[in-house]
Amino acid sequence: MHWINAVCVVLVLMSGLQIFNAHPRLYWGQYGANTDTPFLKIDSEENGHGDKVVGFLQVGGTQVKSTGFLGVSGTDGAERAFPSWVTIPSWQDLAAGRRWHFFFAWILVFNSLTYLIVSVAQRHIRRDLLPRRFELTPRHIAGDLWNHLRLRFPTGDAAKQYNVLQKLAYLGVIFILAPLMLASGLTMSPGADSALPWLVDLFGGRQSARTLHFLCAMLIVLFILVHLLMVMLAGPWNEVRSMITGRYVLPPGRTK
Amino acid sequence: MSSRILTRRQMLVRGASAFGTLILAGCDRLTNAPTFMDVLGSAETLTYRSQRLVLGRHRLAREFTEADLSPVFRSNGTSEPDNPTYRKLRETDFTDWRLAVGGLVLSEMRLSLRELRTMPARTQITRHDCVEGWSAIGKWTGVPLSAVLNRARVLPTARFVVLYCADTLEANSDTYYESIDLIDAYHPQTILAYELNGKPLPVANGAPLRLRVERQLGYKHAKYLMGIQLVSDLAAIRGGKGGYWEDRGYEWYAGI
Repeated sequence: MHWINAVCVVLVLMSGLQIFNAHPRLYWGQYGANTDTPFLKIDSEENGHGDKVVGFLQVGGTQVKSTGFLGVSGTDGAERAFPSWVTIPSWQDLAAGRRWHFFFAWILVFNSLTYLIVSVAQRHIRRDLLPRRFELTPRHIAGDLWNHLRLRFPTGDAAKQYNVLQKLAYLGVIFILAPLMLASGLTMSPGADSALPWLVDLFGGRQSARTLHFLCAMLIVLFILVHLLMVMLAGPWNEVRSMITGRYVLPPGRTK
Repeated sequence: MSSRILTRRQMLVRGASAFGTLILAGCDRLTNAPTFMDVLGSAETLTYRSQRLVLGRHRLAREFTEADLSPVFRSNGTSEPDNPTYRKLRETDFTDWRLAVGGLVLSEMRLSLRELRTMPARTQITRHDCVEGWSAIGKWTGVPLSAVLNRARVLPTARFVVLYCADTLEANSDTYYESIDLIDAYHPQTILAYELNGKPLPVANGAPLRLRVERQLGYKHAKYLMGIQLVSDLAAIRGGKGGYWEDRGYEWYAGI
């Protein structure tokens, strides 16, 4: 289930960037188009001398040059918001991007529902994911954070359980980010809006929903990067084998 | 020791980028395989069925107030058709323009703008959502498509309304066209609009007449209407997918 999820999330994220590239501006409110003021914009412009095109990211009133990644990228200096190596397909094709996006979004919905049903039935959420009362004290969280920052990972039996930062991150993705992604995605559908107008009100407009859909996606990217880094640091072979076979070798205690 | 860590890190980075390139190339190849894209396209049926069944057929799109209007209503696609027939009609302020209604109807008609204006009218302030991602709010006035269909008396074998337009998006391509099912055709907010924001429809927005089908994306709202035809099947028309953009890979059902 995790691997179906992983494949779908990557495909949905990358096709999502393809869709974003069709109109690389984000707005707050009900409407927003080229003549309106965007909250975020990825674009390119000729730099004074007229020979060189510069890519930039603009958030509010702040502009950051981003040639090579955002706005202008690739060996040919193509003018596109996100570079070809993070979009599906690699070339500009909104129609194909939408097909990838919606197909794998549907699979993601079914996979997530299955995960939730199984997790509730097996008490996975209550037993493994809900933090215990003592774990939620500021002192415990701060201690766990300090251990993470020093890259000190639990050893012995403690390594068998999720630590509190891990629990909060997983719960945040499952119960906050994922539902927000689904709800803000649905709000962009004019068909869904006619039947569920409260969705539009919840986000304060379709363009706000589109902006939040993008921002939550970026948070999910951040989660994935940290998640992968942690797996790498904790011993990728042991971790991945345990995910597939359930066999997990406890890390030996640290010798000082 | 440090050199070993470096090589391992290099190996990881190289491995990851090789893996990424492989996946991207794979996705690109799949995008070029029509059968695979048809499989992805099957999600459209799921979206269409669930929106029609779960969300309902008769729900209205939200209507806004004058205070919510976009300062500028963006024009997209063609903004000035350059074919001689259209230019000539425009010169005489569309007095010689007629909307041809035909196909599977009992009485074929040719309606002038004046006739359309004497029929029952509906005004609605709605949000226009482009497939690219932007939205604009405008006030539309026009005759409900249902009124035109009732006057032409639709035969029971008809299943779709096909709309033919005057504009050509690219050189050497056919003129624009679109199609909707009868559920949307008889929806109370589906109108043939001749006014935008209280003024005769500007050329940039589809003069003299355009479709408004409020629960779907912008490309369904055919501009520069010349004729409507009732058909039982879309396969025999042009590319067979029911619309200009549909023939180029976009969804026929654009409620999402």
